Amino acid sequence: MSQQSNWPLWEVFVRSSRGLSHVHAGSLHAPDAQMAVRNARDLYTRRNEGVSLWVVKSTDIISSDPDEKDAFFESPQGKDYRHATYYKASEGVKHL
Amino acid sequence: MAPTTPQEPGLSAVPSYEEEQSQARFDALIDQDSRVEPRDWMPEKYRKTLSRQISQHAHSEIIGMQPEANWITRAPSLKRKSILMAKVQDEAGHGLYLYSAAETLGTTRDEYNEQLLSGKAKYSSIFNYPARTWADMGAIGWLVDGAAIANQVPLCRASYGPYGRAMVRVCKEESFHQRQGFEILLSLSRGTEAQKKMAQDAINRFYEPALMMFGPPDEQSPNSQQSMAWKIKRFSNDELRQRFVGMIAEQVKVLGLTLPDPELHFDEEKKQWIHKDLNWDEFMAVIKGNGPVNAQRMERRREAHREGAWVREAAAAYAAKQAQSEVA
Repeated sequence: MSQQSNWPLWEVFVRSSRGLSHVHAGSLHAPDAQMAVRNARDLYTRRNEGVSLWVVKSTDIISSDPDEKDAFFESPQGKDYRHATYYKASEGVKHL
Repeated sequence: MAPTTPQEPGLSAVPSYEEEQSQARFDALIDQDSRVEPRDWMPEKYRKTLSRQISQHAHSEIIGMQPEANWITRAPSLKRKSILMAKVQDEAGHGLYLYSAAETLGTTRDEYNEQLLSGKAKYSSIFNYPARTWADMGAIGWLVDGAAIANQVPLCRASYGPYGRAMVRVCKEESFHQRQGFEILLSLSRGTEAQKKMAQDAINRFYEPALMMFGPPDEQSPNSQQSMAWKIKRFSNDELRQRFVGMIAEQVKVLGLTLPDPELHFDEEKKQWIHKDLNWDEFMAVIKGNGPVNAQRMERRREAHREGAWVREAAAAYAAKQAQSEVA
């Protein structure tokens, strides 16, 4: 029985309407990029969920290391002054 | 004393410091009602439980295409045909969302597929009952998809991220399935005597199997507790069954038909629905492969896989050829 073992995994990103970013919708297997886009259309946009699709080979995605996540995302911690809500003295002043 | 053979990590009886730390991080995620993602450390049993549950769910969607696919050519109108095709296509889609989620746990699509084709894996026992009449399309949509929705809505909050996300998609699409089924029954119930009888007969046959879709009673479902502790499952089998039977008890009145359960009533004191005893011996027999159409469903799945082989081979050959010409 023929297998599809050599079909790569593709990550699918859908732009739901003009003006919005492409958002990760899920993944699928396909033998090549063209089939991946067609399968993505059939699988992820059966109800007009998208006006544009991206497919990316999963192996081409570089991600941060989950084991290092605490250290990796440490920098913004304790830097509340990067948020508008940090500045209390100006509360109640209009248009600010 | 040093072990004489090198031990694989995780097999040692005493957890290492790293394992303890990982376990603590995992426990904290579950406690905070946060989500576990594919690359996080997770207990081996959690991974196995999910892998089995999600793939069984995927298999059920794929096998579940059959009862309705059989009726596409016999649907009474072009509109009903189109609706049925859309529904069967959705089920294929749901199977694919779920396989993708299951694959993030480290088992490949081919392995899952092989488990289904070889008969090693289970799927929902409901699909081993035949769909004999057009009214069965109605009963399946209303009762079978209805029970599936009752089961699936809480799974949208399952602690494993990819599973929850797949379920959100599935649930969004599933509600049309139940409504279209109900409307088939409604049309029949407002039709001729024969049509009304056909609708009632379909409900009579699917009522019990649909209630059994929630699984054995809580006291006979030992795995449920662990799944609830891990927040994969949010409600017990009996709680979900209760909720479902309460909903259909009201809905059936709109149809002007009845549920085949004279004992069904709401116990005001216990604040719960009492339904007839379900035939769990039959349930176990069907799960073990002795349902009315187990063999037929499996044979059809294998046949479809065999018949699709040339398409997969052609697509792979074309992709290989394209890749070569890019290099050249």
